[in-house]
Amino acid sequence: MGDRSVLAIVIFLVIVGLVLFVSFWTARRARSASGYYAAGGRIHWGVNGIAFAGDYLSAASFLGICGMIATAGYDGFLYSIGYLAGWVVALFVVAEPMRRLGKYTFTDAIDSKFTKRGLKLVAALATLIVSIFYLIPQMVGAGVLIQPLLGLPYWVGVVLVGAIVITIVATAGMTSTTYVQFIKGSLLIVFALVIVVALLVRGLSTTPDQGGRVDFYQYKTIAATQAGGTITPSDAAYMNVGQHDVTAKGKTTTFVKLQNGGTATWWKATVTDAGVALHETQEVVVAKDGTKYVNGAVASSTNKLREVGTIAKIEGQETAKTGSLNPFSFLAKIGSKNSVIDLWKNAKWTQDGETITVYYEVPTTGDTITKPGLNFKLQGSWLDRVDFISLMIALFLGTAALPHILIRYYTVPSQRAARKSTVVAIAAIGFFYILTLFLGLGAMTNGTINVLDNNMSAPLLAQSFGTFLFAMISAIAFATVLGTVSGLIIAASGAVAHDLLDRFAGLIKTERTKVVAGRIAAFVVGAVAILLGLAFQSVNVSFLVGLAFAVAASANLPCIIMMLFWKRTTSKGMIASVIVGTVSSVGIILFTPTLWEIYGLDPSTAPIQMKNPGIISIPLSFIAIYLVSKLTKRDQMAERYATPKTPAAVEAVAATVKD
Amino acid sequence: MLHEPAPEIHGVDEAASFKRRLGLQMLAGYGLLYVIFIAINVIRPKTMGVIVVGGLNLAIIYGFALIVIAFILAIVYNWMCTKHERSFENEGTVRHG
Repeated sequence: MGDRSVLAIVIFLVIVGLVLFVSFWTARRARSASGYYAAGGRIHWGVNGIAFAGDYLSAASFLGICGMIATAGYDGFLYSIGYLAGWVVALFVVAEPMRRLGKYTFTDAIDSKFTKRGLKLVAALATLIVSIFYLIPQMVGAGVLIQPLLGLPYWVGVVLVGAIVITIVATAGMTSTTYVQFIKGSLLIVFALVIVVALLVRGLSTTPDQGGRVDFYQYKTIAATQAGGTITPSDAAYMNVGQHDVTAKGKTTTFVKLQNGGTATWWKATVTDAGVALHETQEVVVAKDGTKYVNGAVASSTNKLREVGTIAKIEGQETAKTGSLNPFSFLAKIGSKNSVIDLWKNAKWTQDGETITVYYEVPTTGDTITKPGLNFKLQGSWLDRVDFISLMIALFLGTAALPHILIRYYTVPSQRAARKSTVVAIAAIGFFYILTLFLGLGAMTNGTINVLDNNMSAPLLAQSFGTFLFAMISAIAFATVLGTVSGLIIAASGAVAHDLLDRFAGLIKTERTKVVAGRIAAFVVGAVAILLGLAFQSVNVSFLVGLAFAVAASANLPCIIMMLFWKRTTSKGMIASVIVGTVSSVGIILFTPTLWEIYGLDPSTAPIQMKNPGIISIPLSFIAIYLVSKLTKRDQMAERYATPKTPAAVEAVAATVKD
Repeated sequence: MLHEPAPEIHGVDEAASFKRRLGLQMLAGYGLLYVIFIAINVIRPKTMGVIVVGGLNLAIIYGFALIVIAFILAIVYNWMCTKHERSFENEGTVRHG
């Protein structure tokens, strides 16, 4: 193990140790002061605002968005825009009323207006389902991080995060989770800024060498001729020993296997008016006997796929170094129609018992990269456009319905503090999301994309500035996962212990029992998260979060909005909304191409070809609450005059009666 | 769960209706900007590539604007709400928890 690896591990252990120390220290203080429970509802709004950012800027925000921008350009940044826009809904509509109505959980807020057991049950189950959906990408992020940092397998990262977080949540609680999120949120924003500044100081180069740390690799292109469908290289050192066509979405790409000395590798052919050319690729071949070859030689710790990402032309110049750039000129130079960036795609097929995966360059002009369209086919079919609209709606409406965000409104003492902490969150999160565009484009042009997994683009970009930054960013990202997962498991265990066992079933007799139930729930939810994290390996975490947002926006948001703004809402309407929203969103997801691939089936045969369910499930949930409330309006009078449980609810009933 | 219940908020918030109205107005304004952004992407995606200023295209300018405007609206909203609450506090009619 080299000195660089040791430094990375030491920094990683220090950051994770700091997180655990803060967690247990605050928990011990809490125990000595008031038994097991922490001092809830007393967090300063400034701390809570940054903790919001720490909670929200999850593995998806950091790893997924940067990875998606690095490989799909502006389309990844659309996630940043949508995630931030969702906070506007949280501030203007949800923050203060939720704080006023609730005590512990989202279900409490609903319960303060409607005292129906059935509603408590479905709201708690919805919280549980949304939390678990959101946990999946966090666990995937943990597994992805642990591989390059500690050299441990993916599953170890997933299990490690699960174990640490279960320990934090089961022994500590909300106060310690808040401070963990505050620390990691602050560190994440500061170090993301440090990397962006370093990136701008370095500028752009057509031969990126990571500050001299890695030799720039120039992929070869050789001329060829074509006769009778067979492509022959002009260079006599190479010989065509095989040829294969891959057709995807109506477009055929030809690959030629070239023998050079004792090595045979696959090259990609292009046929233009200027002639035929063969371009060097990267490849992974798994032979019949299971032996894995990378770029023509047996795979090993030293022979693995090269990281990629190059700007081949800067504003028309094929050999150029810009020197330091300001943020705007950095974006303008990459986005120029005369700039060319080499993106990477892959093709996979089986032949003679071998499984062949070829990764090849796709030169793309800068103006294509800095506008939407590479991932979302906005000039494609109507289904592609509907998918895009669906995602943007889910991101906009999902934030204000995420259980782990909603419970953070109960950690501050007043409505005003809830509002102010949301403003701080918007400032911190908005600033970070602007940085993601630079981080993603930086990875795209600095040769720091892992073709096997784009989720590592940001940490690898940090590595190009030295091991210290890599270790810091990776450790912070790992702490990010810890913080977010802690918040989610608290929300989920609260749904089980407080909402279901206590408020719904009445099984909790003492505060101590509730703590024990919470601990057991945290353990079970954590275990489920570990299993799902293992199942969803290699799926882009930002995409997975998009699904979680759709479920949250479908299950919870219509209830919150209608409860606050439509006085004729009935408890049966609310129950119908939660059920319809949850079932329709989860049901659609289960039949989408992404899940089909995870089941091991051909994605093109999935019954539902759309990727995000929001555009169907969110309106369905609104329609359900409207129609069922209309049909059950007789019950409403009884509900109006039901004994309110909190002073805020008294006020709410008084206002309703006045109307 | 696992934290003490948040303190209950007592009393009537006289500023509630003002804050609700203001919040809805600001949400409507921001929502409109967001819908226009989505509409341009879906209906006229090529427009997003038009250079607006300093070599930056509409996609980048509009994207940054949506983030910055959210922050500005948040500041303005908080300022107006606080001002309104204080005017009631001075009259002794609002009590925050």
